[in-house]
This record gives sequence, C-alpha cells and structure tokens, in this order.
Amino acid sequence: MRHVIAAIGLTLWAGCVQAYEIEEEAVFAGGAAELSILSTTDTEAFAPLITAFQAANPDVTLRYTVANSQEVYAALQEGAAFDLAISSAMDLQLKLANDGFAQGHGSAETAALPGWAKWRDQLFAFAQEPVVIIASRVAFDGAPPRTRAELIDKLRDAPDQFAGRIGTYDPVRSGAGYLFATQDARQSDTSWRLAEVVGGLDPQLFTTSGDMIAGVQSGELALAYNVLGSYATARLAEGDAVVIEAVDFTHVLLRTALIPRTAERADLGAAFLDFLLSEDGQRLIESETGLPRINEAALAAGPHLRPIRLDPGLLVFVDPLMRQQFLNEWTAAVVQD
Amino acid sequence: MISALSPSGSIRQRLVLILLVVAAVLAGLLYLSVRTVADAAVETTQDAILGAATVAIAEELRGGDDGLTVEIPYAAFSMLGATGQDRVFYRILVGDETVTGYADLPVPESVSGLSPTFVSQTYQGVDVRTGVVSRAVLVDGVSRVVTVVVAQTRTAQDAISRQMANRAAALGLGFFAFAAILSIFTARSVLTPLNRLAEAMGRRGPQDLRPVERAVPTELVPLMRALNGFIARLRGALTRTETFITEAAHHVRTPLATVRAQAEIALRQTDDDATRATLRNVIRAVDDSARSAGQLLDHATVVYRTDQRADERLELGPLVFDVVDSFYPTADMRDITLRMDAPAEKIVLQFDRLLIESALRNLIDNAVKYSFADGIVEINLSTQGAFARLEVNDRGRGIGAGDTALLAGRFQRGDNVQDVIGSGLGLTIVRDVARAIGGSFEIAERTGGGTCATLLLPLA
Repeated sequence: MRHVIAAIGLTLWAGCVQAYEIEEEAVFAGGAAELSILSTTDTEAFAPLITAFQAANPDVTLRYTVANSQEVYAALQEGAAFDLAISSAMDLQLKLANDGFAQGHGSAETAALPGWAKWRDQLFAFAQEPVVIIASRVAFDGAPPRTRAELIDKLRDAPDQFAGRIGTYDPVRSGAGYLFATQDARQSDTSWRLAEVVGGLDPQLFTTSGDMIAGVQSGELALAYNVLGSYATARLAEGDAVVIEAVDFTHVLLRTALIPRTAERADLGAAFLDFLLSEDGQRLIESETGLPRINEAALAAGPHLRPIRLDPGLLVFVDPLMRQQFLNEWTAAVVQD
Repeated sequence: MISALSPSGSIRQRLVLILLVVAAVLAGLLYLSVRTVADAAVETTQDAILGAATVAIAEELRGGDDGLTVEIPYAAFSMLGATGQDRVFYRILVGDETVTGYADLPVPESVSGLSPTFVSQTYQGVDVRTGVVSRAVLVDGVSRVVTVVVAQTRTAQDAISRQMANRAAALGLGFFAFAAILSIFTARSVLTPLNRLAEAMGRRGPQDLRPVERAVPTELVPLMRALNGFIARLRGALTRTETFITEAAHHVRTPLATVRAQAEIALRQTDDDATRATLRNVIRAVDDSARSAGQLLDHATVVYRTDQRADERLELGPLVFDVVDSFYPTADMRDITLRMDAPAEKIVLQFDRLLIESALRNLIDNAVKYSFADGIVEINLSTQGAFARLEVNDRGRGIGAGDTALLAGRFQRGDNVQDVIGSGLGLTIVRDVARAIGGSFEIAERTGGGTCATLLLPLA
C-alpha cells in the first residue's frame, strides 16, 4: 500500500509498483484505523456490506482492493500486507492456508459455521454459489436440457444453431473458471465429452460470469456453461434466458476469506470476517449482494448440489505440473483450431 | 492398664495406605499403557492413510519416451483430509531432481519398493509425519528412481491422542477411585475377625478366665494359643494366690486362737499375780498378732480383689451398721461408746462387698484402737453430692504433727503411737479401696483432740 488515495469511489489503475495486478481500489473513509481488504468480488457488490460494517465501526477507514483470484494468490505469496483476503478461487485460497500464508482466527461466528464451510480455523466460507448453466429458451426450442448428457445430445443434434454461440470460462485466464473445469473433470467423464462437443462448436471464452450472462441476454450466446448462479438469478428474472442447475451434478462454490499472515491489523480483518459471518452480515450478503448465504438446509434440499469440498484434494490442480497438463488437455479438447 | 498402651500405628491405616499406593501405581501404569497403545494405534491409522496417498501418487507416475507423466489422483490428497484438517506437503523427485511439489521438503531415506516408509520430521517449523515411496520408472528408455514424499501435519493425530490421553486419565482415575473404595472395604473385612476378637475380649468380665474358644483365622491361631496359655497361667497364679491367702489366714489364725485359749485357761487356773500379768500380756500380744495377721491378709485380699472385683448393689447403711455392731465387744472392754448416725433414705453403691467391708472394718478398728478408755467414737453416714460420706470421729490421741498423706502409706505409722501395737496397714487398705471405687479418703486432726477420718464413696 504505497499509494494513498483519499478520494471515495472507484479509481481504476494498473498496478505499476507491485508485481501483482489489481483491477480497482476504493477507500471508504472513516476513522484513523485502516483496514485493507483484497478481494475478487466487485466493489459495487460489496459496498453495502462495507457501509454496514463502518456504521458499527465508525473509526475504521476501509481500503477495498479488487483483483482477480490469481492476482490475489500472487499478492499474498509475495507478502503483500492485507488484513483480509476474499476470493472465489477455493483451491488457491486453500493452497495459501496450507502453505502457511494465513493466520488462525476463532470466534463465536466461526464456531457457528458448519464444518464443511471452514478449514483449519484459517479459511472461512461466507457465501455458497451454485455453478449453473444459462440457456436461451428460444435456442433450445423451449426445452432446455436438465443434465449434461441431455445438453450433449441437443448440441450434437443441432450444431448449426449453437456454433459460435456457446460461452464458457477461460481456465487459463480465470481462476474460478480453472476451478470449475478441474472439478468438472474430476466429477465425471461426461464433462470431457461435453468439452469435446463444445470445442467442436467454436466456443467463446470469457473471464467473468457477468459478460456471459450479458451475452445470453443480448442473444449473442445461446448457452453459457459454468456460470456463477447468483449473478444470473439476480439479472434474469425476466426474458428469454433460463438458469439451469444440472441435475446430474451442480457444483457449489464457496466464497472464502482468510486473514493473511502479513496482516498489519489482523484484529480489524478478523472483525470484518466475523461481521461477514454474523447473522446481520449473512442477511446483508443475501439481500444486498445477491450472493446466497451459507445455508446447510439449502444444500440438504438439493441432492444435485455438490459443494466443492475444502480439503487438500484442491491442492492437486494447483500443482504447476498438474495445471499445465490439465490446461494442455483442456485446450486440446475445447480449442480445436 | 489399657491407658498405658500407646498404639504404634493402625493396621487398617497401614493396609489402606499400602493398597492405595499399589492402586496408584497400577492406575499410573494403566494410564501409560493405554496412552502408549492408543498413540501407537492412532499413528498406525494415520500412517496407513498417508501411506495409501503416497502409494496412490507413486502408482500414477508413468515413464515414457517423452519423459515422466505425473498424475496426482485427486482422491490421494482428498483422503488425507479424512481424519482432520491437516496441512499437506508433497514432493516428487526423479533421481535428485524435483519434478514438482515443495522443493525444500526434506526427503527421508527410503527403502525401494512400493511399501511406504514413515518418518517424523520438521518442515516449515511444524512437526510433520512423512511418508516416502521410491520406485523405478523407465524414462526415455533409462531406468530412473522416482521418489514420492508426502508429509502431513499432525494436528488431527495430536487431537486424537489428546482425547485418548484424557480418556486414559479418566480411566486411571476411575480405576484408582474404585481401588481406593475397595481397599477401604478390604481393610475393614480383613480386620473384622481381629476387631471381633478384641471386642469379645473387652466384653469379658474381670472374673472370666476361661480360655478363648472362638474360631479365628489361621493367622490369629498362634496369638490365640499364646493368649490362652497366658490366661491359663494367670488363672493358675490367681488360684494359687487365693489358696495361699486362705491357707495363710487359716494357718496363722488357728494357732493364735489356740494359744489365746490356752493362755486364758492358764489365766483362770493361776492365782499368782505375776503369772497372771504375764499371761495377760501374752493374750494381748496374741490379740495384736491376730489383728496384724488379719490386716495383712485383708490388705492382700484388697490388692487381689481390686483386680478381681465382683461388683454388686450394696446398701451402705446396713453394711456400716453390721460392721459397727461387730466392734461392740471390743469397745465394751475399754468402755468406749460407739455412736452411729445414718439418714433415713437408702444409700446405694455399686461395688465389691468384701472390699467395702474391709475398708469399714479397718477404719472403725483404727478409731477404736486409738481412742482413750471411756471415749466416744462417732460414725456419721450422709450424702454429699454424688458421694456417700462416712465420717469416723474419735477423741483419741490424734495423728500428731506428721504428714497426714504419709499415714496412709504402707507400713507407715504415726510418730505418737509407738506404744500401741499395729501393722500400719489399716489406713492403706482404706485408701486402696477408696481409690479402687473412685472415691477419696482423708484423715485430719480434730479441734479439741482426736481424729476425723472421712471416706467419700461414689453413689451407684
């Protein structure tokens, strides 16, 4: 944090001093104490939470830095001093905690979290988001697929209709996209077949869910595969697009936060984390950001929902060799030019 | 007698203490063995999982013409999260060159082959359990040794061990508590025959010198044999003492009575004044000797009977009256008046009749003996609190200036009585009886001359 920005609001800048790149940085002015958060979640989405936190803690000035998940990972590995790191890339977060870049935290709020939503008292999930398929009703003749197998059949039946109109994450550039692709690959062989079929249809690759949703809404895309559902449901209340939670399996991503070992104000980071996990924070997360709160009952009610487990298995695809091999295979399957 | 025994510790306490020490040692051993076994079991389980993960990775390593293919199975790491949330580190090497993983993770020595070797070591400042597997893989047509190292922190293992330790501790404590209760019961049960015996012996009356016939545990048989032998000897000794006292009384009194009778006959038959005077002296000497012998026997009887008392309910009034009555002939000879004064109500004692009689006899005898002719001896019986009070007053020569306490000593006589024959045992007998019954005896000079002897005896 070598640059001090007093202005409130959004400041777009390209990091030129740090080795990691950030997308935006916002300072929410308050008192003398400064809490700095590094996050993959848009400032806009998080602003209501920050405002509520500051209402309870008026003496805290909050610096909110947004970067993509790989940059968040890189920043903490370099020892950047943030008090809280929030990311949707569970594998990278777990790798950070496993390799000793996180510090432990325990409170009534963390104790109330279900066991699957935390790891080693260092990594805590504060939102759970299904990874969904968004399809255009028109493109599927009013009968959108319910499983990946059905989707494969429909894509094979009408390749002309879908050529160039399928969007999915680029796992090379997007941490979340890489996580989804690897989890798909480990979950079933169907996903490789799907990748082959999609690859034959000249897919478009994206780095954010928002762009894919916009693509379906505009009619540019007939299908967006592996999209974060929370963004989708909020925007797709009306219109042609339909959100599909595949009934063979639908991964549920956990948005996680950890207090970096290098935190200068770990106490403030912990306070914000506890706020996120508190009843008030969880209610605000659901109502203001549109992210689903941690809810064990919702998972139990949906047998197709598979929360991505916070366990050392996540480390496998973070291994550089494994990553390279996976990306090679994925590229061979999907990018067929 | 009993109060003189100072116990040298309690068998029960010693027994309980020893049993408790044994229980504590056993509880400690139990705790240690449970911990050792549990720790070993936990470690074996953890090692099995770690080994399975290491082997799973090693098995997925494939050689080939274009180098080594590493395919880490997702489940290999996932299973390491099965027992807890431990950190996982790994390193895959071909020869000495790290292919992937944590390049600074120490590689322990390993035996070649697919069975993993386990080592505890430190990595990144934390204790880790490390599994290592080496195998040969054909890479580019060359056989290379590939090593897979997987390390896991021991948080889960330590947590389970701690839990086991707590349970082992609880088990040890429970065992100790149980053993403590049991040891108290054991001590009580072991000592029951001894306590019963002691109780039975304590309950025995002073006259009861029968051998102990109780069935006792083997260990007590020698004691019982010795005790019964002792009782038998005591009974023999007491019988002999009793016989001796009776015999002595008989042997001393009978000849004296004969001598006296002969002297009286001779006195009646002679008219020679000188001879008569001599014979009177003989009769008086015989009387004194008979009395002294009687007192000696009385004293012996008192000493014997204070240990072998036969207590009964006694009414003191009639008893005193009977004794006084027996002195009228003696008193009459010297014109001494015996006056007895007793209250109307009954005065009851619980004591040995012979001893009381003996004391009364000696007390009154003393008063009569030291009274002047024509004197009065007053015997007053009354009660004073919880005591019966017997006062014997005479107008005799008194007790002189000597120590009144010394007078009751054995063979002690006052300085002023050298002309009266006496053994010096009379007051000793009175005092011994008073002591045995728990009363008191005092003798004092009377104003106006004479002696006042006061005997206090506790009421029943």
